[in-house]
Amino acid sequence: MSTAPTPPAAASRAGMKKELPERFKSYKHVWVFIEYEHGEIHPVSLELLGEGRKLADKLGVELIGAVLGGNRAAMQDAVVEAWEYGADLVYVVADPTLEHYRNDPYTRVMTDLVNNYKPEIILLGATVLGRDLAGAVATTLLTGLTADCTELAIDDEGSLAATRPTFGGSLLCTIHTLNFRPQMATVRPRVMAMPGRTKGRQGRVIEHAANLQEFDIITKVLRFLPDRNSNKVQLAYADIVVAGGLGLRSPENLQLVRALAEVLGGEWGGSRPLVQKGWMEAERQIGQTGKTIRPKIYIAAGISGAIQHRVGVEGADTIIAINTDKNAPIFDFAHFGVVTNAIEFLPALTTAFRKRLSVNRLAS
Amino acid sequence: MHIVVCIKQVPDSAQIRVHPVTNTIMRQGVPTIINPYDLFALEEALRLRDWLGGEVTVLTMGPPMAEESLRKALGIGADRGVLLTDRFFAGSDTLATSYALAQAVRKIGETWGIPEIVFTGKQTIDGDTAQVGPGIARRLALQQLTYVAAVQEVDLENKTITVLRRAEGGVQELKTAIPALITMLEGTNEVRRGTIADVLRGARAELVVWNAQTAGITDVSNCGLRGSPTVVKRVFAPKPRATKAVQIEVGDRDMGTIAEDVIARLYAVQPALEAALLRTAAAY
Repeated sequence: MSTAPTPPAAASRAGMKKELPERFKSYKHVWVFIEYEHGEIHPVSLELLGEGRKLADKLGVELIGAVLGGNRAAMQDAVVEAWEYGADLVYVVADPTLEHYRNDPYTRVMTDLVNNYKPEIILLGATVLGRDLAGAVATTLLTGLTADCTELAIDDEGSLAATRPTFGGSLLCTIHTLNFRPQMATVRPRVMAMPGRTKGRQGRVIEHAANLQEFDIITKVLRFLPDRNSNKVQLAYADIVVAGGLGLRSPENLQLVRALAEVLGGEWGGSRPLVQKGWMEAERQIGQTGKTIRPKIYIAAGISGAIQHRVGVEGADTIIAINTDKNAPIFDFAHFGVVTNAIEFLPALTTAFRKRLSVNRLAS
Repeated sequence: MHIVVCIKQVPDSAQIRVHPVTNTIMRQGVPTIINPYDLFALEEALRLRDWLGGEVTVLTMGPPMAEESLRKALGIGADRGVLLTDRFFAGSDTLATSYALAQAVRKIGETWGIPEIVFTGKQTIDGDTAQVGPGIARRLALQQLTYVAAVQEVDLENKTITVLRRAEGGVQELKTAIPALITMLEGTNEVRRGTIADVLRGARAELVVWNAQTAGITDVSNCGLRGSPTVVKRVFAPKPRATKAVQIEVGDRDMGTIAEDVIARLYAVQPALEAALLRTAAAY
């Protein structure tokens, strides 16, 4: 097909011993992009500070936050929060052009920060904002970016080992960016545990000028229409989640899942096939391509437990699985199993909880 | 108006199986489909073409068999199919992929007119990275509009476009200049069935096939494994948990008794749970 010379064999690159080019040797410290919008830090950024702290300690370097926004005074709370969740230093870029997220000014500022201060690792949340920004920044810097990591570690050579599901969640792979800096990775909300907050912990702050002019930015935000009761956030951050799968046999039986969730004051969702069959909206899908959850209790009714579902629920403290098939993979990672028909068992469990809660309420 | 839609041929993930012993993907016999997210991009492009006039060029990078996906796209109504295929592209990560596709879009522009809009799906179902769209935008200095739910207005005279974009916690209405790159959100339109004439045309059409050289890529060190900063060091199956689920006895006990048993076990491992549930229940 091509008359050009033969490229080197595929294996040679991966097997090559890497020597980091001289210009990247000064790249140091672990950064977390602090997603700050509407006066608040997105929880995923705090989860990443927890994870970034471990990486920084392993490398013996600093953990640094980068926060961008429109109003410097209002951003002080975010700076303090970043310190209290583990940042040693926070770069603050306050400029009217950064008030609402737009790709172009945010990409320019992040690229500028990287070129000035040279981090070795940057972590971002795999939110719509983080993914929009990460892809543009990595391409501008011509460096490696690994999406939706489920595990981050530092290998013996000090390189970031970023593990993520691959092939639709049927396998995991570990990816390295050996010859380029910074090494970039995104992580979905709730994949990492929320770290503890050390009240009063302080760090340093460096103000960095954006040097942007509004007339220079082509994209304009005409309006922002906030979501009403975004159930997205509630599902990902709920303490109790009840979910159904194809074992429920019909969309009507999702009512049994909802009823139990209601008694427990929790949220409800379902596995991927339910969305594909049109039984429920995509917002409620639990799993690798849906929401990752870390509840105290997860009750899975009629869900077989494919790997792509497993990676989305493994962070739960206690998993109770109900399935008619005693060999279903869900019993390999659930804590308690009930081999029975969820359609019959869910109403019994709902009734039993309701009874317990009303009796004990009267007693107390 | 000229619109380019980037699509990818992917294995139908519902049918992917992993070899139980070697933990490798069993690709043989797995049917391929157009990445489902790309179909929403294609439909939006066709809708704009029907509304404003012009042409839709569909571009894909992949092995020669990826021509099948182009024929399908032509069968749905696209005007032209371009296949970018070369062994130099093998092993591309998202950075190398965006380089090759951006070069091809540039060549498409030189050949059939500079596109006002380049579309992609929001992500693929095999890689799930959502990185190639932004990569193409950056490399071609296009305005980047990701997670677009609807294109509201295109003003060809003043070269502006207005879209609704899914953002964190809400929807942004954005106005920007064309040319722009749009990654289209799923479920935002209903993908049409091609007419019989389109399907026949798709089956017979002559596709444009480019390799690295004919696509105008002079420096292949930006392509494939060599042009990819990321390296996959290990592929493995997740570790099974050391202990399997404790099975609650079912036998011929009635459902109510089993339920009581489950609750007792749960309260035993999470002592604070009962009090928390009572607080929630009291708040109703």
